[in-house]
Amino acid sequence: MNWIKEIFFRLRNEPMGIFGLVLVLLVVLCAVFAPFLVTHDPNALDIVNRLAGPSADHWMGTDQLGRDVFSRVVMGSRIAVWVALVTVSLSLGIGLVLGMMAGYGPKWMDSGLLLLFDTLRSFPTIMFALALVTVFGPSLQTVIIVIVATTFPVYGRMVRTQTQALAGNEFIVAEEAMGAGMMRVLGVHILPNIVGPLFIVASMDIPVVITIEAGLSFLGVGVRPPTPSWGAILNDGYAYIRNTPWIIIFGGIPLIVTTLGFTFLGESMRDMFDPKLRKDL
Amino acid sequence: MLFYLLKRVGLAVVIVVVAVVLLYSMIHVVPGDPASVILGPRATPEMKQELHKLMGLDRPFVVQVVSFLGKVARGNLGMDFFSQRPVAEIVFKQLDETLVLVLASITWAMLLGIPLGCYSAVFRNTFSDKLVGVFSIGVIAVPSFVVALYSLLFFAVTLKWLPAIGAGESGQFLDQARHLILPAFAIGLGWVGYIARLVRASMLEVLNENHIRRARAFGLPETTIVFHYALKLAILPTVTLLGTGIGRLISSAVFAEIVFARPGIGKLIFDSVVSRNYPLVMGAVVVSTVLFVLSTTISDSINAMLDPRVRERL
Repeated sequence: MNWIKEIFFRLRNEPMGIFGLVLVLLVVLCAVFAPFLVTHDPNALDIVNRLAGPSADHWMGTDQLGRDVFSRVVMGSRIAVWVALVTVSLSLGIGLVLGMMAGYGPKWMDSGLLLLFDTLRSFPTIMFALALVTVFGPSLQTVIIVIVATTFPVYGRMVRTQTQALAGNEFIVAEEAMGAGMMRVLGVHILPNIVGPLFIVASMDIPVVITIEAGLSFLGVGVRPPTPSWGAILNDGYAYIRNTPWIIIFGGIPLIVTTLGFTFLGESMRDMFDPKLRKDL
Repeated sequence: MLFYLLKRVGLAVVIVVVAVVLLYSMIHVVPGDPASVILGPRATPEMKQELHKLMGLDRPFVVQVVSFLGKVARGNLGMDFFSQRPVAEIVFKQLDETLVLVLASITWAMLLGIPLGCYSAVFRNTFSDKLVGVFSIGVIAVPSFVVALYSLLFFAVTLKWLPAIGAGESGQFLDQARHLILPAFAIGLGWVGYIARLVRASMLEVLNENHIRRARAFGLPETTIVFHYALKLAILPTVTLLGTGIGRLISSAVFAEIVFARPGIGKLIFDSVVSRNYPLVMGAVVVSTVLFVLSTTISDSINAMLDPRVRERL
């Protein structure tokens, strides 16, 4: 946990990073306390007040079914944060296991896994997502499968390279000479050395993941209605863009805030820990 | 270098083959029969059997895959049973539209991103450099489809400066250019940030090299040094970025084409997914994947030509 302390310690001198952290905390707190922040039931229909403008009762107006946009935006943060946490954790887990196997295992395994990584990375993400939707149908699970399938090869390749670099080190060779098995070498010696930088890369992937989820929901092939998702809110707003612009405006703001927050934070962390990428290069 | 090229092209072919097999297998595990979807609920078993035969679905799976790969190699992506036209013809017609959009987006992004990156590198660690840095990261972060929606709302719907939907009248260049501005803006904005950051980083390295110091010692003006000598070297990583970024560009084009109701491969795939038109989805995804693999292969090869260390890593 020392590296977490170090991140916060170094972040003190990074105004952009602090700004990013504040935005991220805002979104995370919003997601955690969403049920207490909403002013209406996000799925409650109020046809009489459909497409109403912002007012004291409906701070961000209402959509085509009279649902409160503010409450839907607040509850939408839960989907965004949940999808980001689940997909990034799954991708990290799969990428770590396969990447270490490729980097430490026999040559044939390395070649096979590399081919798998490169093949999955060769699909343009949204095209691949749409192809998968044809097969599995639109759902949150499909979104998760798409994101994990297109993200884990990136981690896998990175872990493979780091594992290969570490595997030649004297402390690993010494451990092997003392009879340590593959599981011990990978789990006790290699894993702790590669997990720190990997978390920084993963934090930079969170805005990408949130964007993919929102994008697919915007296209109508992601989260199913009536579940509130930022992409679905934008989709609702797009249909009524000429007369009720506030749905698009308010639906886009949380997405911008979240992606900006995670990107600023991730960039600052990368600058802090990778001297080659420092701004004062 | 020739050995590297052979290996790299071989790898690209293997990746495309595995990708096509993966896609074909995915479509094969579809819950429900593709023939039933195409023919609709009133189809008789005889009609389904006939279509199965026509689509080659009555043969063993391995034979189907090998046959499909052979057809793809010959540029035959099958037949669209809805419109009774070859898939390749439909896809390539739409691909032109997407390539024009992608090219317009990346061109304006380079026209703005390169000078911004150069400016940032020359005036490094000044307030304006930091401002460009924040702007670059900011535009990278904002999703392209949100930029598309906001620009549609402000420039087309509210201000009515530019057309909202379509690709313009065929044959009328100015009208088509006007229809291209907003989608190209939406796709290119993030790339301005990418390019500016990359050019700044590589420019800072190049500006410290001996031949640039020598040019300074000779008293050449800073603009000549930056644009005539340093930029030629600093631009190389950007070329690589464009090669590997083509997949992201095509993905952004999907959103821009849908938001602005433009024809293109992205909209084609989306419409095909909605109507569950499997041959078209397959064909369009295969073409975009081949395009992506081709562009990364070309950029890797250029990189290897310039940097021998890359050749050893393959």
